[in-house]
Amino acid sequence: MNGIRSILLPVAGSEYARSHDTLLMFILALTVIFFSLIAVLSVTFVWRYRRSRNQGPTPHMTHNTALELTWSIIPGLILLVLFLWGLKGYIAAGVAPLDAMEIQVTGKKWLWAFEYPNGARTINEIHVPVGKPVKLVMTSEDVIHSFYIPTMRIKQDVLPGRYTELWFTPTKAGMHQAFCAEYCGKSHSDMLAKIWVDEEAAYQKWLEEGDEHTRTMPLKDLGRLIWENRGCSTCHSLDGTRGQGPSFKGIWGHAQKLADGKTVVVDANYIRESILMPQAKIVAGYEPIMPTFQGLLREREIQAVIEFIKSLQ
Amino acid sequence: MADAITVPSAAGGTAERRSYLNESRGLWSWLYTVDHKRIGVMYLWAVLSMFFLGGVFALLVRLELLTPKRTIMSAEQYNRAFTLHGAIMIFLFIIPSIPAALGNFVLPLMLGAKDVAFPRLNLASWYVYVLGSVFAVTAMITGGVDTGWTFYTPYSTTSASSVTTMTLAAFILGFSSIFTGVNFIATTHKLRAPGLTWYRMPLFVWGMYATSIIQILATPVLGITLLLIVMERVFSVGIFDARLGGDPVLFQHFFWFYSHPAVYIMILPGMAIISEIIPVFSRKTIFGYKAIAWSSVAIAFISFLVWGHHMFVSGQSRLAGAIFSFLTFLVAIPSAIKVFNWLTTMYKGSIEFKAPMMYAVMFLMLFGIGGLTGLFLGALATDVHLHDTYFVVAHFHYVMMGSTTIAFLGGLHYWWPKIFGRMYNEKLATVGAALVFVGFNATFLPQFVLGFRGMPRRYYNYLDQFQPLHAFSTFGSWILGLGLAVAALALVTSLRKKPDAPANPWGGRTLEWEASSPPITHNFEITPVVTHGPYDFYPEREH
Repeated sequence: MNGIRSILLPVAGSEYARSHDTLLMFILALTVIFFSLIAVLSVTFVWRYRRSRNQGPTPHMTHNTALELTWSIIPGLILLVLFLWGLKGYIAAGVAPLDAMEIQVTGKKWLWAFEYPNGARTINEIHVPVGKPVKLVMTSEDVIHSFYIPTMRIKQDVLPGRYTELWFTPTKAGMHQAFCAEYCGKSHSDMLAKIWVDEEAAYQKWLEEGDEHTRTMPLKDLGRLIWENRGCSTCHSLDGTRGQGPSFKGIWGHAQKLADGKTVVVDANYIRESILMPQAKIVAGYEPIMPTFQGLLREREIQAVIEFIKSLQ
Repeated sequence: MADAITVPSAAGGTAERRSYLNESRGLWSWLYTVDHKRIGVMYLWAVLSMFFLGGVFALLVRLELLTPKRTIMSAEQYNRAFTLHGAIMIFLFIIPSIPAALGNFVLPLMLGAKDVAFPRLNLASWYVYVLGSVFAVTAMITGGVDTGWTFYTPYSTTSASSVTTMTLAAFILGFSSIFTGVNFIATTHKLRAPGLTWYRMPLFVWGMYATSIIQILATPVLGITLLLIVMERVFSVGIFDARLGGDPVLFQHFFWFYSHPAVYIMILPGMAIISEIIPVFSRKTIFGYKAIAWSSVAIAFISFLVWGHHMFVSGQSRLAGAIFSFLTFLVAIPSAIKVFNWLTTMYKGSIEFKAPMMYAVMFLMLFGIGGLTGLFLGALATDVHLHDTYFVVAHFHYVMMGSTTIAFLGGLHYWWPKIFGRMYNEKLATVGAALVFVGFNATFLPQFVLGFRGMPRRYYNYLDQFQPLHAFSTFGSWILGLGLAVAALALVTSLRKKPDAPANPWGGRTLEWEASSPPITHNFEITPVVTHGPYDFYPEREH
């Protein structure tokens, strides 16, 4: 059973996920049993009672109360068990422990923004400590999104003008992938987030200093990492392909035509302004849809993005 | 048996026998017709064209998903392709397929009537359908629609695509559906032949009757909801958009209040066809006639109370979730009962395994999988994980395609000799059915696993880990496409030969088999008088 479970389902990242899987495997067993019953009976009957073998006349069977009651009541009872079992999990998944750490989540086309109780902000990734309950308080800035973490077996729609909640207590360290599960347009399938579940010490260190790794990284490489992880790559390509925003390839030092007819040369100040105040200068032919990264990137990280774009000649 | 009508052999006389097909000729004689059979045939060609169009979009969607990122189209094109696939298949193919095409042809014949109760309304319904299709095609040409067939707000009220035209198309199509429903209910009540009591009616008629109830009661809600979307888009009246003071989840309540019953508008007619094919090809009376008949009506009513099971993670209250889950399990029971009844009907039968029966057995298995996988989605905890993943996609394709469309194909083969007076090519039809079965399962079984593993639906791009299963599914779709092409060939090639179908090729006992193949314009030379049940295959037992 565990072998089948690990083929069919992703890793169980929490206690809740484990108990969920028990129910899921139970329903799977029912499905296999009842499907086999239908398949075996229908194929057997077609073969055994084929007309060349059984010319008839066939018996006149119109009903059989005992039989019909049996096949109504037994499935009825099984369904009742499924209802109650499913309800139990649904309630457990709906009520967060009072001591859960709260993280504010904002979904917008097409990225996830997170804010920690201490004011730290991240885009498309969060770090959480293993073994501690985490509560996500979520809202949307535009259309409906849905936050889905398959390894935790939880999902909740994220609505504009309203807060919804999701909680989990991770038990497995490592990266857990999160998806947007409610269709939200062009880059819906790229609206992903990474949930890093860290051991307590590693988590504390991350809170204070950010990543050890990124702190010592050369600027250019850090810039590429930010491009990958902080949502830039959703709209800005590196190979000249047109996306929701202009490609980064070969723009450094060149003049860009703006929507208002002016031109601007791509230099450090222009890139800095575009990151912090993206609506200030819109490149001709693109829509003013980029969200601001004010307060989301450290000073060194902005420099890193500039160095990275500079390197893409 | 009442084989009063002589059957000319294929090689026989040079003059074609008089029938509804040759009574009058020319395009106008069809476009002005009020004959339910001609309207049924016009509907048949219309829905088959739409099935082809929707199928092309399906193959394009699957081809795009062969690899992550771009395979053949951009993200915008992909979003339009899956929206059009869904909207065409649901509004233009599945909903009208069995009732409006096959039902229109067969129902009055089964009742021993000359026509439906309101023949002009029937023709109007076809024209309204065509008008709706024109709107839908216009929406496709003028920029397409990228909202998914569900039109969820506020995405749909803010999308730059042709949402208004498409919602108007669905609004118009709703009326054609309502017209057909009204007609069937009135016909069933008023135009039954002498002796045709309610419990002597074929189960197909019971299924159509239950379907019609839903069509009449649920469709107006969809119409109103879609108009509200247009109001919001065009006049900025805040109903669903939070920025205008509306509630986006309200739309989902309205939408599923129609669209869940609509699932039963789609599946009840499929079950109705299976309830005809299985007894006839087993030459054995149906087991549990009343159970099947009344479970259709029960499903029709309970189906109005389960819409919230589409919204377990939408933000509706946990209590509402619990109630909807309970009611959802309740509606599963009548469906299970039907399956057991069909199986018991086959027990000790004298089974002729021809193409219609092949489709019926395929239906039993595929509907079995479709229904049983519904348990994962009815149970609250597992639905939270599987909602909006490929598991749901696979589940509803097993019901819509694996069950309803398979039943439609079975019914099409079953009544083809009656409709066109020609026997289809049995060998080719068998090959087609087998390919459809293999291709369908190869396409959709892997999608259950994709869903279990967390692959969300409506994804243009996906993580590399999902690629093998996606590729397998795409290969399956090619086999499925091939199977459908072979099935079409088996049917359509028969149209070129001389009429060769006997009045009653399968030995059925319902009234349509007492009319000639194809029937005369007024269906019966003399109004039939019914003295037996619909599945009494041994007249000597009648008292």
